[in-house]
This record gives sequence, C-alpha cells and structure tokens, in this order.
Amino acid sequence: MIAEIGHYALVLALGLAIIQGVAPLIGARLRDDTLMAVAGPTALGQFAFIAISFAALTACYIQSDFSVVNVYENSHSAKPLIYKISGVWGNHEGSMLLWVLILALFGALVAAFGGNLPATLKANVLGVQSWIAAAFVAFILGTSNPFLRIVGGPLEGRDLNPILQDIGLAVHPPLLYIGYVGLSISFSFAVAALIEGRIDAAWARWVRPWTLTAWLFLTLGVAMGSYWAYYELGWGGWWFWDPVENASLMPWLAATALLHSAVVMEKRNALKVWTVLLAILAFSLSLIGTFLVRSGVLTSVHTFASDPSRGVFILAILILFIGGGLALYAWRAPTLKQGGLFAPISREGALVFNNLFLTAACATVFVGTLYPLAIEALTGAKISVGAPFFNLTFGPLFVPILLVMPFGPLLAWKRGDALGAAQRLISAAAMALVAMAVTFAIAGGGPVLAPFGIGLAVFAMVGAMADLIERTAVMRVAPAVALTRARGLPRSAWGTAIAHFGIGLTMLGIICESTWGIERIVSLKPNEAVTVSSYDLTFDGMISRDGPNYRQVSAKFTVRQGGNVIEVMEPSKRNFTTRETSTTEAALMTRGASQLYVSLGDANPDGSIAVRIYHKPLVLFIWLGAVVMAFGGLLSLTDRRLRVGAPKPARKSRGTLQPAE
Amino acid sequence: MLVFRILAVAIALGAAWPALAVQPEEIMSDPALESRARALSKELRCMVCQNQSIDDSDAPLARDLRVLVRERLSAGDSDAKVIDYLTGRYGEFVLLRPRFSLTNALLWFAPLIALIAGAIGLVFALRRSRAAPEILDASEPSLSAAEQARVAELLGVPKGKRKKVV
Repeated sequence: MIAEIGHYALVLALGLAIIQGVAPLIGARLRDDTLMAVAGPTALGQFAFIAISFAALTACYIQSDFSVVNVYENSHSAKPLIYKISGVWGNHEGSMLLWVLILALFGALVAAFGGNLPATLKANVLGVQSWIAAAFVAFILGTSNPFLRIVGGPLEGRDLNPILQDIGLAVHPPLLYIGYVGLSISFSFAVAALIEGRIDAAWARWVRPWTLTAWLFLTLGVAMGSYWAYYELGWGGWWFWDPVENASLMPWLAATALLHSAVVMEKRNALKVWTVLLAILAFSLSLIGTFLVRSGVLTSVHTFASDPSRGVFILAILILFIGGGLALYAWRAPTLKQGGLFAPISREGALVFNNLFLTAACATVFVGTLYPLAIEALTGAKISVGAPFFNLTFGPLFVPILLVMPFGPLLAWKRGDALGAAQRLISAAAMALVAMAVTFAIAGGGPVLAPFGIGLAVFAMVGAMADLIERTAVMRVAPAVALTRARGLPRSAWGTAIAHFGIGLTMLGIICESTWGIERIVSLKPNEAVTVSSYDLTFDGMISRDGPNYRQVSAKFTVRQGGNVIEVMEPSKRNFTTRETSTTEAALMTRGASQLYVSLGDANPDGSIAVRIYHKPLVLFIWLGAVVMAFGGLLSLTDRRLRVGAPKPARKSRGTLQPAE
Repeated sequence: MLVFRILAVAIALGAAWPALAVQPEEIMSDPALESRARALSKELRCMVCQNQSIDDSDAPLARDLRVLVRERLSAGDSDAKVIDYLTGRYGEFVLLRPRFSLTNALLWFAPLIALIAGAIGLVFALRRSRAAPEILDASEPSLSAAEQARVAELLGVPKGKRKKVV
C-alpha cells in the first residue's frame, strides 16, 4: 500500500510539473497575473508530492518490505537503521528519486522565498525549473520505477553492497546532489532571462545566492566523496581522476567560475552574456555527469548500446535541455546589452582571468573524460585517459589561478593599481619565499617542484588574508579598533578571504601528501614490528568480532613513538554473508593534520599477514581546505546585501488599513 | 557520485575485493628498480578494471602485469622499452597517459586551445564594448505599470499622489 501511495504521488507530481511548466510561461508571455500565479502553488505541491513519494520509499526500506523489488535488491532486515535509510539512495532508482526531490525542493524554495522577484521572472524561472522536473520524473516513472512489486515477496533481501554500508553514503550523495541540482536554479534563471530578453544587475543579485548555495554544497559533496574513497577503498588514494569523479569536478569548476562572473555582473553590470552562458553550462555539466554515471556509457560505448533504454532517455533529456538552452542563448544573447567598461588591470580583469583559467581547466577535464568515448565511437580504437594525463594538464592551469588570486580582492573596480596591490602582497611573497627556502633546506633532495608548490600555497593563503589585514588595519591600530573594524567589514569580504585561504590549504595538503607520503607494504607475523616515519608498529595478532550483518577479523597493531605506546590500531576485514563479499576497513590514526593509515591484505598460510601502511603528512588539509572554502561561501551567503539587499514588499503597510481607491 | 565508482570497482573485482594491490612478495629487492616499477605501474591501466592503474588494482590481470613489468626491468629494459613492450602486446589502451599522435592531438592541445580561444573571445568582447560605449539606460526597457506601482509602494508614495517615478 505504501509503495502504491509513493508511486501515485509521483504520478501526481508529474501532472503538477507539466501544469507548472506550461501555465506560468504562457502567463509571463501574456502578462496574465492569474496564469503566472499558478507557478507558486504548483511548485509547492510538486515538492510535497515528491516528498511523499520519497517518504514512501524510505518507509518501505525501514519496514524491510521485500515485496518491493528495489528494497529486495538493496536491503536486508538485519541492516542497521541508518543504512536502511541511506540505502534508499544507494541504488539507481532511489538516487534518481533523491535527485528530483532536491530539484523540487529548490523550486519550492524559489516559490516560497522569491517574493521579491519580478512576477514574470519568477513565473519563467519556475516554469523552466518545472520542465526539468517533469523530464526527470517521467524518466523515473518510465525507466527506473522504484515502486515495482514482486508477486509473493521474498522473506529476506539481498542486502546493500557492503562498501556502501558506510556513513559516507548517508552524507555524500545528498550533499553532492544539492550542489548538482542546485545549479538547475541558475540554469532556470538564465533561460528565464533569455526568454524575457532582459537581464540586469538585479538578476545577478538574485542568481548569486542560489549559485553560492549550490556551490558550497557541491564543494562539501566532492570533498566528502574524496575522503570516503580515501578511507573506504583502502589503497590510500583520495582522487583518481575517474570519469565519475570528473563528473562532479566539472560542475564545481563551472560553478566556481559562475560565482565570480556573477560578482562582476552584480557590481559592474558587465560580463552579462558570459554569465548567462556559464549558468547554462554549469547545469549542463551536472546533467552530463548524471548521464555519464547513469547510462553505463563509461564502461564502454558498447555496453551503453546493449541496454540503451535508460541511456537513451537521459541522452534525450540532455539534448533537450543543453541543446535547447544553448540554442536559446545563441538566438537571444546578441540582444543582451553589454555594459561596464574596465581596464585589463582591475578587479573585473582579475575575475575574468579567473574565469578564463577555470573554464580552460574545466574544458580540459571535459575533453579528457569524453575523449576515449569519442575516439571509440568514431574510430573503434580504445584509448585510456587517466590520472597521469590529468595531473600533467590540470595542475599547470591551476598555478596561474593561485598566483593571481591574492591580487583580485586588492585591485579596485574599473581600473586597478597592480603596483599597489603587489606592494601590499610583499609580506605574503616574503613568507612564501621563506617557506620555499625552509622546505628546500629540509627536503633538499626531494622533488624540485615541491618547494615551489609549498611557496605558492603559502602565498595564496597569506595573500588571501592581505585584504582583511589591510581593511582592519590590524597591524597599525589598537586591537580594539581593529576588532571594531573587523566587525564592520561586509561578510562577503570575510567570505572571500576565508574561501581563498581554503583553496591554499587544500593545495598545501595535496603537495605535502603527494611529495612526502610514505608507503610500506610488508608481510608481518605476530609480534613482528615495522617502522614507518617516526612510528613503530607491532603486529600483536588477530581478533574476531561480529557485527549485525557481517563477520569481522581485525589485526591489532600497537603503535609506539620513541618507545611509548601512543595508539592501538585495528584495521579489519569484514565479510558480509548475504552477498558473500568482503570489505577492508582501514585504521586511521590522526596526529595534527597528518595521518597514519593501515590497511589489511591477505593472510598467508605461514600465519603472516600482508599490510599496507602509509604515513600521510598534512593529508587532512586537503578536505579541511574544502570545508574552509564552504564556510567562506556560507559567510558570503549571509552577507547583508544578499539578506536584505532586495527588500521584501513592505509587510507592515499591508497590515494597516489602506484607503480605498 | 563516488558511490557508483566504488560500486563499479566492487563489481569488477568480485568477491575477492578488496585486498592489497601490490603484494609484499612482488616487491623487488633493488629499491631503485622497485621505485621505477611503481612509477611505471601508475601509468599502466588494468584493462579489466574501470579506470584503475595496475598499481591500484587487485585484479589478477593487474598482478600479472606488475610481475611482467618487474621482470622486464630486472632483465635490463629501459622504462620506454617496457612501455613499448606492453603497448605492443595490449595496444594503446594500456596507457593511462595516451601517446601524442594525430588522433590524440586534440586531447593534448585541449588546454591550450581552450585558453587561446578564451583569450581571443575576450579581446573581441573588449574591443566591441569599447567601440560601442554604454549608453546610460536610455534603451533599458522601461518598467511596466505593475512595476511602477511596486516602486511607488516601496518608496512610500501615497496612492493618490503616485505618478511615473522612473
């Protein structure tokens, strides 16, 4: 019964989505207030029905209703409750339902909080948003229905893939999807602006908070996914340049560019045409990511062709929205007026520079990800494009971004003073040089590029703070005065500085981990010891322990430093009986931002066990940097001009009596 | 989306997953040779896996290739010779960093093309906006009647006295 309610609610949501996709657009065209007003309630209704549908599926999972195919295939009655819930989106059908839930949520948010939008813009935005929702709900109902039943339901389910039975699955997909799908709002705003043929600084002001929200969740989602892979996959890597990872990196790069170009548009009314294009591209890349992951095209063009129903449907959605969006852009963009002149050396110039390199980096990832597919489709030849290619091409594109980044906030709008900015960055540059020299002195024999990388990261981090130091005058005035000044600074200035600091932090982590990380692969018998970095690890023996739906064997390691026991680490292997699969659970010891990482291999007949031990210096900075970036985004989001910049219609006056006309 | 990558990896490797990729007994006694072997392994694809190098992969084929790389290196082959040997046997597919060739030219030049195209676009856009300086608001679409009313409301103009504000 519950599954049927969910199914029915989804059908109703599709109906509402179609109405919402038609009436408000016509209303906006005819300037008919009644038709335009349809958008709000339908958006809320659509969200309510999809939420009911999602709740129904979740209920089926919690109750372990194995007569529902989706639950049978992906759940087990003995699974802990949290994994029953996260299992809802641990499969294709459920994850698509989560996708449309978030899509509808964003639509509902615009409907609820978009009271200050011009009526036609709001109607157009919600109409376009609803087209996306309609397409994806139809996709779910047509090809990926999670509510299908089995006649005579089985007594027990087949369990969720053990690797997904992790807190990472509970957190990573929702965060990432909020980011992915949040970009749909920027897309809808862009298309709405093109339909209206009108775009101004106010438009950018409305778009920016939505993009910023999507961006900060996307940042957290990508980082969380990376950390999850790091501790769960057990081989110590944190980024693999896998197409599926690239699918999340490309929208992030585009969204980062969009965030910056929208600033130019809001402040200076320039870069309009480009900003609109970026908004379309950012969401298009989200859609392409969904297509890549969902269609099976990644494994091979041929597997895609052998079971094409889902792939073709998504491809059709892709062509409709990306093609439609770009065609509309090509048709209408020339009518948008360009404005806001600026000199090359100016705040705008720095932001354009940022956009140029971010877009080029994004294009590189795009070409690298799709090139093997294209070559296979065109010539039949199979090539691979993997981590070595991306490291070689992507890295150099980020160096100029980091170099110029500290200059940006120090340059004035319209015409900046490069020399002045450089003077204010002298201390940052000096600290970078010192860091380089120290690195070189300590690790002289190491890779040549590493000290430069460290210098660049330090320059980016200290340079990010230069604007704040300047504006609070913390070096020149009494602390109390500086504090008052700091409070008076707009939160967006803090946001910028903190987010820029975060990217430097991430870079520092990447360089330290990849240059000075140590790896030891050894076979150990009980009571044998191995030394990694400054730690001595003794293998004490094996321990068995059973979990709710798995059997676990752990190896006990005592970690000593300078003869003192500092930690006991228990990397383990879990064997999940239902699926006859096993996972390794790496053991992590954190000291500061560095980690010791122990992962188990196979046991040998002679009683020894293979282990992989890593020491990863400052590895946590990689993800901490992303969290700092997201925090910067959050601060910027609470900036006064975004909170109260476009005031709501005066509620107060509405309460009082109004004279009759 | 890593979920699906992890899933794919798990499916590709089957029940034996996950153990270690490089096994202790594979490691060569000569550290210089071993570090060359590791570096080479990172450049070579495990062909039955999804986008994994043989250094990362636990599949039997990856293991065979790792052993093969080490055999060739101890036989005195240069890195380039090992790569040639493997591409001869398995084709270009085995290289995670494709060779520069006519078919791959577009791939390798992609970053440069993107940058140059962007820069050219930028120069044109700047020129155009300089050639036609902005005319202040004269051609901005004017506000609709409803919007005029909103402006008046926001400015607090009493209803009777409202006239065209903008």
